[in-house]
Amino acid sequence: MEFLIDRLPLYLGGAWVTVQLTVGGIALAFVLAMFFGVLGTARSGLLRAVSTVYVEVFRGIAALVLMFWMAYALPLLTGFQLDGRFAAILAVGLNVGAYGAEVVRGAINAVPRAQTEATIALDMSWAQRMRLVILPQAWAQMLPTFGNLSIELMKATAVAFLIGVADITAVAEQMRQATGETVLAFSGALILYFLIAQVLIFGVRLLERRANRRLGRTPPGGRGLLALLRPPALTTSGGAK
Amino acid sequence: MIWDFEWTWQVMPDLMQGLAVTVQATVFGYLIALVLGLAIAMVRRVPVIGTIVHAVMEFIRTTPLLVQLVFVFALAPSTVSALTVGIVVLGVHYSAYTAEVYRSGIEGVPKGQWEAARALSLPAGRTWGAVVLPQAIRKVIPALGNYLIAMFKDTPLLLAITVTELLATARQVGSAGFRIVEAYTVVGFLFLLVSIPSAILIRRLERRYAAV
Repeated sequence: MEFLIDRLPLYLGGAWVTVQLTVGGIALAFVLAMFFGVLGTARSGLLRAVSTVYVEVFRGIAALVLMFWMAYALPLLTGFQLDGRFAAILAVGLNVGAYGAEVVRGAINAVPRAQTEATIALDMSWAQRMRLVILPQAWAQMLPTFGNLSIELMKATAVAFLIGVADITAVAEQMRQATGETVLAFSGALILYFLIAQVLIFGVRLLERRANRRLGRTPPGGRGLLALLRPPALTTSGGAK
Repeated sequence: MIWDFEWTWQVMPDLMQGLAVTVQATVFGYLIALVLGLAIAMVRRVPVIGTIVHAVMEFIRTTPLLVQLVFVFALAPSTVSALTVGIVVLGVHYSAYTAEVYRSGIEGVPKGQWEAARALSLPAGRTWGAVVLPQAIRKVIPALGNYLIAMFKDTPLLLAITVTELLATARQVGSAGFRIVEAYTVVGFLFLLVSIPSAILIRRLERRYAAV
């Protein structure tokens, strides 16, 4: 225990980097997911094709391969060296964004058709329809899967240590080499990752409750603060991986 | 920078060997995940032990595979090969996911099926083997398939524990021949070459089994 307490500042430094990567990655993935997800529901076949290409390409390549390519191949091609952290954020963001786009597309398509028909009857513009009617309903449905994806993204940032970013994993590896205390060094890292994941799960649940309340639905698991502690609902579509 | 096709063809055999290791790790890891996941899903219905198993699996599921790999590899005796360690850790990690998939399938079996099995006084083995599982597993085949692809894309992590799979091979030949761009780009294409057809295949499976 003392071992870990003594080295807490180092671990927290690593955790801060991991949090940066996670937050940056989530922001990028969210924007990409929304953009390509909405694009995937467009009426024009060309726009849908663009969305499909993005999804299939970035879902098909492992985040680590993407990261290696950006860290080592891109500088040779363009002469422009990306910062390790930036390359990591780009790689995980592009990868998880592709999964997210499928979730957004599915959620928008799952909004009942009558809702769209009603907005047409009310002569709403496309932007009004999306902003006021479709997205608020789709949003509530996307959130649980987004929660799982954000944890996947957080876990994926661990590979940034392989391109030389000083995140939690890198700190643990340093500790292990310096002291030989394998079990302690890695237990510290695993616990930190676990804690970050719990914060993400909790945050997404708060968002879920808010989204459902705004639609006048009782949040899943019932009201009250205690309901936030219910076990997480794991989507079984598997595509969320 | 000009793409060197000749060099690319020259190293293809090496890369294919790397791909073979990747596929090997995926297949064996997936088998572990399929079997262990089912066992976990069944144990989770037992009162106290089930809760403990669930907590452990939750921890495995929310921490990075890479850290688990390096951790276990550092602890494993040197007689065990890196590939074996990689396969086992991959399998156990993914069993945390497949267990949830199986669980949803098992919960989807109507209660009447359990009651009918009880009324016929079938032994537990037959209830699971002949009544519940055939119905539960059929429904979750596409979801399980998705995890096969996901796992395939996680195998590059094995390079961190000295397994020379596809990406590690590319790193070796790429830096030996000063052809980094070609090496990593080819790896990207090889991944797409395997994962896009499998994604299409799984979409077919989905259509076939979802209708039931």
